[in-house]
Amino acid sequence: MKLFRIRGGIHPEYRKEMTAGKAIEPLPMPALLHLPLQQHIGAPAVPVVAAGDRVRKGQLLARARGEISAPVHASTSGRVVDILPFAAPHPSGLPQPTILLEPDGLDEWTDLPPPLDPFAAPREEIARRVAECGVVGMGGGTFPSAVKLDLGRKFPIDVLVINGAECEPYLTCDDRLMRERTAEVVDGVRIMARALGVERIVIAIEKNKPEALAAMTAESAAFAEIAVVPLPTRYPMGSERHLVTALTGRETPARKLTADIGVVVHNIATARAVHHAVRLGRPLISRVVTVSGRAVREQKNLDVPLGTLVSQLIEFCGGLAEPPVHYLSGGPMMGQAMPGREVPVVKGTSGILALTAAEAHERDTMPCIRCGGCVTACPCGLVPVEMAQMIRHEKLDAAARIGLLDCLNCGSCAYVCPAHIPLVQYFNYGKGRLAALQRDRRKQEMTKRLAEQRAERVERLDRERKAKLAAAKKAAAEKQEGGA
Amino acid sequence: MLIAIGSLTLLGALLGAVLGVAARYLHVEGNPIEAEVEALLPGSQCGQCGFAGCKPAAAALVKGEAPPTLCPPGGRAVAMAIAEKLGVSVSFGDQEELEPEVAFVNEDLCIGCTRCLKECSTDAIVGAAKQIHTVIAEVCHACGKCAKVCPTDCIEMRAVPATLATWHWKKPRVKVAS
Amino acid sequence: MISTHDISGPYAHQKTSIRRTMALVMVALLPATLFNLWVFGWPAINLLVLTLAASLATEAGCLALAGKRLPLFLGDGSVVLTGWLLAMSLPPWAPWWIAVLGGVVSVALGKHVFGGLGQNVFNPAMVGRVALLISFPLPMTMYVAPRPLFGAGSPGFVEGLSITFGGWDYDALSAASTLGHVKTELARGVALDQAMGGTDLMALAMGTVPGSMGETSAVLLLLGGLFLIARRVISWHIPVSMLGALFALATLMHWVDPARFPGGLYHLVTGAAVLGAFFIATDLVTSPVTPPGQLVYGAGIGILTYVIRTWAGFPEGIAFAVLLMNAMTPLIDRWVRPRVYGRTLRGEPLPPRRKA
Repeated sequence: MKLFRIRGGIHPEYRKEMTAGKAIEPLPMPALLHLPLQQHIGAPAVPVVAAGDRVRKGQLLARARGEISAPVHASTSGRVVDILPFAAPHPSGLPQPTILLEPDGLDEWTDLPPPLDPFAAPREEIARRVAECGVVGMGGGTFPSAVKLDLGRKFPIDVLVINGAECEPYLTCDDRLMRERTAEVVDGVRIMARALGVERIVIAIEKNKPEALAAMTAESAAFAEIAVVPLPTRYPMGSERHLVTALTGRETPARKLTADIGVVVHNIATARAVHHAVRLGRPLISRVVTVSGRAVREQKNLDVPLGTLVSQLIEFCGGLAEPPVHYLSGGPMMGQAMPGREVPVVKGTSGILALTAAEAHERDTMPCIRCGGCVTACPCGLVPVEMAQMIRHEKLDAAARIGLLDCLNCGSCAYVCPAHIPLVQYFNYGKGRLAALQRDRRKQEMTKRLAEQRAERVERLDRERKAKLAAAKKAAAEKQEGGA
Repeated sequence: MLIAIGSLTLLGALLGAVLGVAARYLHVEGNPIEAEVEALLPGSQCGQCGFAGCKPAAAALVKGEAPPTLCPPGGRAVAMAIAEKLGVSVSFGDQEELEPEVAFVNEDLCIGCTRCLKECSTDAIVGAAKQIHTVIAEVCHACGKCAKVCPTDCIEMRAVPATLATWHWKKPRVKVAS
Repeated sequence: MISTHDISGPYAHQKTSIRRTMALVMVALLPATLFNLWVFGWPAINLLVLTLAASLATEAGCLALAGKRLPLFLGDGSVVLTGWLLAMSLPPWAPWWIAVLGGVVSVALGKHVFGGLGQNVFNPAMVGRVALLISFPLPMTMYVAPRPLFGAGSPGFVEGLSITFGGWDYDALSAASTLGHVKTELARGVALDQAMGGTDLMALAMGTVPGSMGETSAVLLLLGGLFLIARRVISWHIPVSMLGALFALATLMHWVDPARFPGGLYHLVTGAAVLGAFFIATDLVTSPVTPPGQLVYGAGIGILTYVIRTWAGFPEGIAFAVLLMNAMTPLIDRWVRPRVYGRTLRGEPLPPRRKA
């Protein structure tokens, strides 16, 4: 299949060899699970259980609220201990409402919804089931998958792309899934295509995963609609928009979705979760996580019950070989730093990395020498050096005008910068600041409106009072006159 | 020599005439920018800027007698809008940002006097006589007028806590080696 | 341990640094430099050493004045490169004070006046060269014929010192550079083929001709330039567009009047064309950051170089052309940008896809 050129990109040190050969191992059930109500993009789920309730594995703990939301299910059977704020796996470490579940060790399933025959059931039924089972984008995006499976009704979709690029360094969980759970993944892919009503499926895998490519090609040979495509190994090949451009030559217009150009992209692990939801009625309660980084003694791929604390994963991997400088959720390029080890694994946790100082290679920032390396590396055609300079001088609107909001945070620019300028952090700050200003402005408008309304009301009441007074006076005067 | 003097004199006279005519025909009455600046201010007349209300504050801003950062409830957004309107630069000094605040009623001390209710320009405090009052945080714009009139000092201004939805990365502390 | 709270991703970085970038450029310069030191002998070696020493001393002084960390910035390699390139652009037997003054002007006025590393608008080495050329036209245009080290006619170490510090006999020993010679002859009304009589393009390419200390060996400089492109220190855009514009314009004019204008190849191998294209115009700090901008910038230098060489008073125009285009860099960066993904060249979102 012909591939199309995308610009920029980098060739980071992949370091996948640490875990690429490690088969998926199940993690033993921990003594306590921490299940945040928000493990997805959109509105947080609403708890339907209370402290003290006994729940069974797969039972609904919190229901979705609204269109863009996802429910949370029990990862095992046990007792709900409490619902309280607990540190989120997020750089801020801010607490978020979290359900504490104490496993009873029985691992006893609840009554699951009956299996669905995806090729007999109506299409909407598949999306409904996927929503019910709390499946979200497991590549790290965590957008509710059912919403994306429903896009076929709003847009004319003709291609389903399955993103097996796994272009982030270190991560091998999708690689392992494609090798070890090939049939489940391919079945999930076909179910998703059916839900979307598309005839053409492209499974794209970077060439640095030859075993996964071979396994997936063999498994999908029976299905004419599926094409397994080897991708050149280059970061950020797995960026949704760039992947679509590379495969189809179509470019997603700014501020639009890939669905606008007829393509929907789903992740490998999501496909498997869809298979489980539809064929078995099982909700999303566990996921495969790559535990890596040289600070970990034994790097592994683990099948982890959602809600397990990161510290327990690291302990299972033999503990720390040396103190890490960062704990990351996801890959080193776009992953998020975590405030520590005592945070839970959630639906979007594709990797847990404990990086040594040598691996992160962080250095003091030097002055920019305008080498243009960031411009060459940017896959979006932006000029990072200029945007960062504007943001440094608080010229946020100017930065937005030259594309700050088109930046996808891939980090290629900061990766290659010889002066070690924290470009991405400037962009993060700029974007966050712009959003905050937007909120401020909205609040300001509301304040203004309310103040005006109040002033008007006060004036009106005043006027009415005066009128009443005048009327009373007049009446009194008339009365006097009449009396006289 | 004479020609040079003559032509320059003529040129001067002509251009002077043009300027004179232009001054008459393009004359602008008053200063419309004052109204435009006033429109940018919250309009709650809280007086935290030290002026009697938003209108005198706008007048002072236009005259350059007050910095664009004068409005605490307006925060950064308003300061930046004013600076842009007036074409001046705005400096926030060392304060990373004017931390957003919200009024908070200590219910143990509230006696339900309703004075704060009457003072609030955005109707952000609900309550009735002899009832404990409470602040609707989304509507409060932190002007602090309520705290000033409270007879029991039960209202305090608290920083709005960051949430996962509002948190964002700080600007890099530029450790440019030097 | 770095606190995770205040650093955002990416948490992986290329093992690169400013020092490494500068070191690669120096490696690329090395073959041509060594060759030319051999060709021009001890006075050239003295010149290089003096220029480097003066540049480093000035840098150290400026950094100390600015209160910056000396070891860190002296070690970043940028000042060594500035001094090196300045020396390469000076006549090989230039006196000591040219070297010292050049180093001081380049580093102090060319770089630190603007705020130091990365802040300068103009190429520091070229600021130094042009200041010297305008102030001291005579010693700045006195070239010598090649006298390979240890060969006949090459001054020994002691003699070299006396040349550098005591001067030499311009009348007896100086030799015109090819560009200078052809220009003078043409100005006297001599026909081109006669003026160029004896001009050996091969010797010009190899570098065994009179010329500035490091500019003569087009082949070795080209080799170094290709190395830089291969190691991705510079991109091909500036050298190709600059040499391309120079070649195209020269070829065009040669075609218009072969009796007055030398051809394209002549312009490529003479003077500092190759040195300029790969090492001077590509100076990271003072050239545009975007590839399309670099094409515009390079072409501008090529055209200006040709214009100055052909119609202006100086035989060589690269330094002036580079400085003029340096001044244009902020403008080019502002107006020439790559197309943003998902947007048209003008920055509007792409039109929605027509329904298939």
